[in-house]
Amino acid sequence: MLLQELSDARGVSGNEAAVREVILGAVKDHVDEQRVDTLGNLICLRKARRQAQGERCPHRVMVAAHMDEIGFIVTGVNGDGTLRFGKVGGIDDRILLSKQVLVGQDSVPGVIGYRPIHLIPRAERERVAEASKLVIDIGATNKGGAEKLVKLGDYVSFRTTFEVFGESELRAAKGKAFDDRAGCAVLTELLKEDYAFDLYAAFTAQEEVGLRGAKVAAYAINPEVALILEGTVCDDLPKKKDLSPVTEVGKGPVISFMDRSFIADRRLVKLLLDTATRLGIPHQLKQGAVGGTDAGAIHLTREGVPSAVVSVPVRYIHAPVSLLSLSDLDHTVHLVREALHTLEGGLES
Amino acid sequence: MKELIKKLVEAYGPSGQEGQVRELIAGIIRGKVDELRTDNLGNLIALKKGTGGGKRVMVAAHMDEIGLIVTYMDKKSFLRFGTVGGVFTATAVGSRVRFANGAIGVIGWEKWISSEKPTHEELYLDVGGVPGSQLPVGVGDVACFDRPFADLGQRLVAKAMDDRIGCAVAAQALLELGPTPNDVYFVFTTQEEVGIRGALVSAFGVEPEVGIAIDVTLTGDTPEAHPMAVELGNGPAIKVMDGSVLVHPGVKDWMIKTAQTLGIKYQLEVLEHGGTDTAAMQGSRAGVPAGCLSIPCRYVHTPSEMVDYDDVQGAVKLLVEMLSKPIVI
Repeated sequence: MLLQELSDARGVSGNEAAVREVILGAVKDHVDEQRVDTLGNLICLRKARRQAQGERCPHRVMVAAHMDEIGFIVTGVNGDGTLRFGKVGGIDDRILLSKQVLVGQDSVPGVIGYRPIHLIPRAERERVAEASKLVIDIGATNKGGAEKLVKLGDYVSFRTTFEVFGESELRAAKGKAFDDRAGCAVLTELLKEDYAFDLYAAFTAQEEVGLRGAKVAAYAINPEVALILEGTVCDDLPKKKDLSPVTEVGKGPVISFMDRSFIADRRLVKLLLDTATRLGIPHQLKQGAVGGTDAGAIHLTREGVPSAVVSVPVRYIHAPVSLLSLSDLDHTVHLVREALHTLEGGLES
Repeated sequence: MKELIKKLVEAYGPSGQEGQVRELIAGIIRGKVDELRTDNLGNLIALKKGTGGGKRVMVAAHMDEIGLIVTYMDKKSFLRFGTVGGVFTATAVGSRVRFANGAIGVIGWEKWISSEKPTHEELYLDVGGVPGSQLPVGVGDVACFDRPFADLGQRLVAKAMDDRIGCAVAAQALLELGPTPNDVYFVFTTQEEVGIRGALVSAFGVEPEVGIAIDVTLTGDTPEAHPMAVELGNGPAIKVMDGSVLVHPGVKDWMIKTAQTLGIKYQLEVLEHGGTDTAAMQGSRAGVPAGCLSIPCRYVHTPSEMVDYDDVQGAVKLLVEMLSKPIVI
């Protein structure tokens, strides 16, 4: 399964090569041009394969999904052979303890270990261990030994096994980096379809550290319209208070109206909602204005680009293991593919 | 000019929802400009062509105001919301808001009788819904504060003085501007309150040689205010810096000299926080000399923002004079 390959690939921001390879393998027979730009974005072009109906059909449409994932970078090797590390992207310190990681290009196994409960005074147990005080243990006994295996600047990713949860109702799958490998999987599928415009699929770099790849990719592509595919926040487990779940797993693709980084183009939001309703595709609105996406950079490109975000709801993003519904993934492909066809008729002016 | 101000400040236009303000301004300036267009992000771009030999100038005033966006409707028809721009919880509680379709809501607080400071998570919106019935608004709908304009004589109070007063100054200057060598683009920008977004793309499109933002600034003239050398009534403020920009000294000096020549009051502004469209213009393409003419304003980002009418008129006078002559920076 492509999602599994994408999830297993290690691609912390700035080091997306392995993810790029997986995607290249999956799309190479479906694209007319492909290139990797200076920041590591993979930009694929699938040329128009149908006659445009009417003058309002756009010529260049950009669909983006980011390849990078959150992780760490080695910032120091201690005398005892353990590694100091910095965070890459948004990571909550509370999720770090006792996690397995892989370090560097050679995937050296390591653990973010911690003293056992027996040795921790009660007061300390009630505090969160700060990332700056944690180390990665790769089994080395001294600095020299560690430096034979790893070096400063090596990237560190979580080590997570991808798995589909049998015949669960949600068709649930767990793995790492569904934010945004889910989007990458959807975008790869979209490249198999024929459209009446040039479709630029941008698999972007460095989203998690500030939407950096998308900014230069959009400048180069200069699109008339953009759709951004994401794996987004979900908080749908039962709560005491009647508060927003933001999104819910199993309820279909998520359409955003606003997040911290952008306000969606209302015409595109309507186009997506109308398409979903017309075809009976399950869908939901993102019931929250949190998070940031590549849309934040793309919609501000040059003279501005009408943009919208469609996401696969993902539980536990920015953690070692996240969970999504394969049905949501399928519905997202369906919705975006059909929305792109609707877009062939142009946006309302 | 008070009539123009009243119309502008009472219009509905939170960030991303500037359509009604845009229509209003377009209606006022249509026929008085050589080109008028709306770009992809909703910026209204109006060109007054010069007689030749001058500079391409961009005057930017943002149309958008702060507001709320509905994120969730609970089982009892109360709405939760996210903020659009910098909304203070302290002045939100008990405020009324208005949606694009005219629906009115009241901001409530879970801990109504409490001496604590409310957090955003504790606030909700009550649009008068009865459980089981259809609400007039839903998830994704956006509201602005709802307050009428009040003319206190010398001082004017309204919601959204930030930055409709800037729109009013720009529109009035456009109407008063006679023949000039400069091509002047009056740009009524969008999404300033959520990160100076409209000005960024409109500046790219206009490619100005000089940029002037018109926006409000804070004052230090209220009880126990944070020290700041700007007061209501001391004239329009010429920005030296804010949290987003160090103003090009040439632009600042151009403003000062013009004010001195006209013999109108002005004050210099150093704003420690905040940002303005100035920054977007300054950083556009290969860089643009940019400055900002500010209208001193008390209670910014509350539903009752106060400006001084003489400051406003002084700003119009100064702007018209600046745009009328050849520009040397």
